[in-house]
Amino acid sequence: MPPVTTIEATPTTHDSAFGETGIPGELLPQRYSGPRAFGWWGMAWLIGTEATLFALLLATYFYLRFRSGPTWPPDGIADPELGLPLIMTAILWSSSLPVHVADQGIRAGDVERLKVGLAAGFALGATFLVLTLAVEWPEALDDFGPTTNAYGSLFFTITGFHATHVLVGLLVSLWAQARAWQGAFDESRHISVQNFAMYWHFVDVVWAFVLATVYLSPHL
Amino acid sequence: MERRECRRHEVATGALGGSASHASVSRRSRDRRPVLAPVVVAVAAIATACGEDSPSVLDPSSGAGRRVEELWWVVFWISAVAVAVVTAFILVAVRRRRPDPGPGEETGPTAARDVDTRPVPWGDRFVVLAGVVVPGGILAGTFVFSLGVLGDLADPPEDPVLDVEVVAHTWWWEVRYPNGAVTANEIRIPAGETVQLALPTADVIHSFWVPELQVKKDHIPGSDNRLWLVADRAGRFRGQCAEFCGLQHAHMEFEVVALPPDEFEEWLDREAEPAVEPQTAEAREGAEIFEASSCAGCHAIRGTSADGTLGPDLTHLADRDTIGAGLVPLTPVNLADFITDPQDAKPGVSMPPTELSPREVDAVVAYLMELE
Amino acid sequence: MATTVAPEAPPRLATTVEQLEESWAEPPGLGSWLGTVDHKRIGLRYFYTGMAFFVAGGIESLLIRMQLAGPDLDVLGPEGFNQLFSMHGITMMFLFAMPVLSGFGNFFVPLMIGARDMAFPRLNAFGYWVLLAAGIFLYSSFLVGRAPNDGWFNYVPLAGEAFTPGINIDFYAVGLIFLGISSTGGAINFIVTILKLRAPGMLLNRIPIFVWGEMAFALQIVFALPALTLASVLLLLDRKFDFHFYDADAGGDPLLWQHLFWIFGHPEVYIVALPGFGIASAIIPTWVRRPIVGYTYIVIGELAVALIGFGVWVHHMFTVGLPNVPVGFISLASFTVAIPSSIQVFAWLATLVAGRPILRTPLLFVLGFIFIFVVGGVTGVMFAAVPFDQAVHDSYFVVAHMHYVLVGAAVFPIFGALYHWGPKMTGRLLDERWGKVSFWLMFVGFNLAFFPQHLLGLFGMPRRIYTYDEGLGWDAYNLASTIGAFVLAVGILVTAVNWFWSRARGAPAGPDPWRGETLEWYASSPPAHYNFVTIPTIRSREPMWDQPELAGGAQAPEDGGRPLTGGHVTLSTSLLDARPQAIVHMPHASVWPFLLSLALLVLAYAVLLDVWALAVAAVLAGVAAVMGWFWPRGQTQET
Repeated sequence: MPPVTTIEATPTTHDSAFGETGIPGELLPQRYSGPRAFGWWGMAWLIGTEATLFALLLATYFYLRFRSGPTWPPDGIADPELGLPLIMTAILWSSSLPVHVADQGIRAGDVERLKVGLAAGFALGATFLVLTLAVEWPEALDDFGPTTNAYGSLFFTITGFHATHVLVGLLVSLWAQARAWQGAFDESRHISVQNFAMYWHFVDVVWAFVLATVYLSPHL
Repeated sequence: MERRECRRHEVATGALGGSASHASVSRRSRDRRPVLAPVVVAVAAIATACGEDSPSVLDPSSGAGRRVEELWWVVFWISAVAVAVVTAFILVAVRRRRPDPGPGEETGPTAARDVDTRPVPWGDRFVVLAGVVVPGGILAGTFVFSLGVLGDLADPPEDPVLDVEVVAHTWWWEVRYPNGAVTANEIRIPAGETVQLALPTADVIHSFWVPELQVKKDHIPGSDNRLWLVADRAGRFRGQCAEFCGLQHAHMEFEVVALPPDEFEEWLDREAEPAVEPQTAEAREGAEIFEASSCAGCHAIRGTSADGTLGPDLTHLADRDTIGAGLVPLTPVNLADFITDPQDAKPGVSMPPTELSPREVDAVVAYLMELE
Repeated sequence: MATTVAPEAPPRLATTVEQLEESWAEPPGLGSWLGTVDHKRIGLRYFYTGMAFFVAGGIESLLIRMQLAGPDLDVLGPEGFNQLFSMHGITMMFLFAMPVLSGFGNFFVPLMIGARDMAFPRLNAFGYWVLLAAGIFLYSSFLVGRAPNDGWFNYVPLAGEAFTPGINIDFYAVGLIFLGISSTGGAINFIVTILKLRAPGMLLNRIPIFVWGEMAFALQIVFALPALTLASVLLLLDRKFDFHFYDADAGGDPLLWQHLFWIFGHPEVYIVALPGFGIASAIIPTWVRRPIVGYTYIVIGELAVALIGFGVWVHHMFTVGLPNVPVGFISLASFTVAIPSSIQVFAWLATLVAGRPILRTPLLFVLGFIFIFVVGGVTGVMFAAVPFDQAVHDSYFVVAHMHYVLVGAAVFPIFGALYHWGPKMTGRLLDERWGKVSFWLMFVGFNLAFFPQHLLGLFGMPRRIYTYDEGLGWDAYNLASTIGAFVLAVGILVTAVNWFWSRARGAPAGPDPWRGETLEWYASSPPAHYNFVTIPTIRSREPMWDQPELAGGAQAPEDGGRPLTGGHVTLSTSLLDARPQAIVHMPHASVWPFLLSLALLVLAYAVLLDVWALAVAAVLAGVAAVMGWFWPRGQTQET
């Protein structure tokens, strides 16, 4: 018989770590994270379908590029500047680190590390978003807009679509932070944090492809 | 000619309806229920319906068309055998049926005592053989054969003697020849000679299809599709837009008219000439009205001041058989009706209702009917 | 003893049932009606909603056939015809086939794998409400006379603002994005449910083939739908904000739409077909009284179809002028995709001849399905032969082919399932005689309606024309087709009447009227709120045939049955070998999914009508609804 003696025999409640199945002597955990949790799998498949969406969007970019003439960007639009995007890249990618720290922290039951990590990740992500909307886009708009030609449509749609994902990630982060302050997470209950971390890393990884497509590939 | 084609159809449809599916249907009906008898009668009646001249893929008048027809008969017979084999299995199963015990009350294995849970010893081997090996071989063979046909259709057997530009519009066809001749909805070509068609579009996607002569090809904005044609014999071959293109997709027909080569040359020279002068007084009045009114804003009549490009070139309108892209035969009455209220004749066309009085319309019609 | 872990003896059955009833029953009332998370209720809703749209799409098709019954008729006029054939395609694909197949999946996947609910019950409820909202949204276009009118594949530039101004195409694009949310959520739910909620002992090679079919269906949705969503979003950007993705004059390309659409559109055919295959594989063994032959090959076949289905989209584009080399590769892939299908057909045939079939209505529909689907399959192979495809592409031959495939692979299995599983869904048997009448009317009507269309295509009749001239040799075939369509409709009507009459007055079915082999027959008919008194342990692929202790619907704990009475919980098992892993506390009923779908409906209309302030408000309302949805109540697992 497993060494669990602190729970009541009947009926099983959600507060206990283990519950009865009705087979004499059999106990199973009621709290779990990682691939044992449905939420983890749901997030994994959501990322799968989102990754497909991004892949198709970037494929659209290359499709239109190769269907268009020899010069790219077309219509006298200059190659995209790389300075700011590379700084933004550094900021966004560095945001994955505190999110990872937060995730690891709560697995060890360290709520303080969770709070700090989430807050730092949020600040970096928000900086990235502000730079995109307030600096990078206005600069690009001096040269061309989304209605100038297909290149402009691609540029703003792809970067805008990614920025939307960052925004959603930030909202989820806010939610997770609020819940962390409420004390909702501990070492056995933190699926929300885990799912947020997965999503956030995904948004960062996708940025690598966005960067390579939208900013680097025209220079090749 | 008419009768010969009719018999060909009979052969084609008879084989279609009569061999695979149809035969299996009739076999099913003998074995099982008389309910299927009406289907057999109906299918037989349909299959022998004949006497009219369809623009049929199975009645080709070109080398390319015959290659496609060959491919069809190959895949058809393979398919017929496949369907017959599957139907035979179904019929064997039906013959082995057991009486229906009706819904059961009891559950579990006592109820399942009529189940035979032994593995089927030949099952997996059969599935691999019948489901993978045999169809795999057949499909591979068909694939290779179809690639051969594809290769044959890729390039014309000889260099084209003539380039024709067929511009698709919603919902008519502009036909431009290298010598400046422009017409609409009738593509005249020399019989027996190779013609290269350029297939641009003025607006949306259309598809060029003359079933008796060639496979189809799309007119797509921004691409430069081409298609070659050879008509074996002089004759008229019906074509129609095959890609849905909006309200009047149904009335975007045309004809390829293959003429004996010398007759064609003669026609082409004539077609490049400016329009003839109106002969009758009414026609002369009609010409003046045409040039002075909004007609000339959209239609060109070469040799006059009318040089619109939105609608069909009318320089030799009276040569054509139909108006409205195969909508109605070209007769004075039909033409007058069309001019008076195009939206009634062919709802959705770009041509607005006329501002002319009925008498003026008659004059314009008299003029246009003289444009041989 | 009070602090020991488990009671010594198994609980009395009566107590168990009482406890389960208390944990799982949803109280009557509006809140529960709007908030239900019971997979069976949701499944039935999918089913009835899909069937209602089937009737709508069917009426559209009858009107289309009336317009085409003879040459030069004027029943609908060109605009009406174009709207009806477009909505017919959209309806049958998105509002009938997918919802009904999701409905059977929702109802039967948890039952067949021995679970008490789907993995994400609220997502499940949300998926249904969004489907309903999207259906209402799309059909509201008829109220203003502006239904989508450029066909279900909606090619640009025709579907661009320049050539189809007005909101017809906006209804299409917004509606399909909207539906995509529902289908994607539903698909993820199926996948996780099948991966994580199987009864103990249900190894991968013991999963019922129908469940594999739903799995393949869901996998395709997850990876194919993004293409349609993207295509529709880009179309809206072009139409509403003058972007240039599809504009050839500004660096865009109309063929981009065709690629994106068919990257989705071809898998869509299999999305509709694969669960139908699964239904056939579920019905055949019961009525032949023999386990299915070639189980492994069938499962590999289903998954292979799902995979290869992604590689053949260009065969819808053989006439756009692509170079011969890529065309050749796609042609090869299109020939190849026939093989996994033929594996399944011959596995069914082998099972049929190895056993001794009972020719009741469910099996009749499956036999009809096999015949019809094989005819559609061989004409599909014809399309893989590029030159023949180029000859009859966009003709009535295509119309005939796709109806043989889709009606064959979706409608006939669905009707078979209706007679096979109907008793489980309603608790009442359907009338057998009327079932047979319905089958024969449908079989004869279908073939009469669609077989002649092959000939029409060969004889040069393009699809989507609202009328045709006489003297082209098309009249008799069209008339036959119209007559067939009406016979088919009468056959469908017979089953509809049979269903509702039997639901009210049919003989009670009992838990296992057909002595079936899989776990849905372990539950009562209709199943209790909690599905099973005990979650069974499985030791066979046909547990109901091989495990005598399952009789009576409550495997005892000493045989491995788990009552799991500790609240609103179900059992989660490991991915591959289905070992018990955790007790999962399932979410309770909630109205938030309904409210979120309402916010999305408002958003859809706001985008449609360019009321951007309302759109922003709807998004904020949606965010609020999501927060309400996930607001912790101390009851459920933190997810």
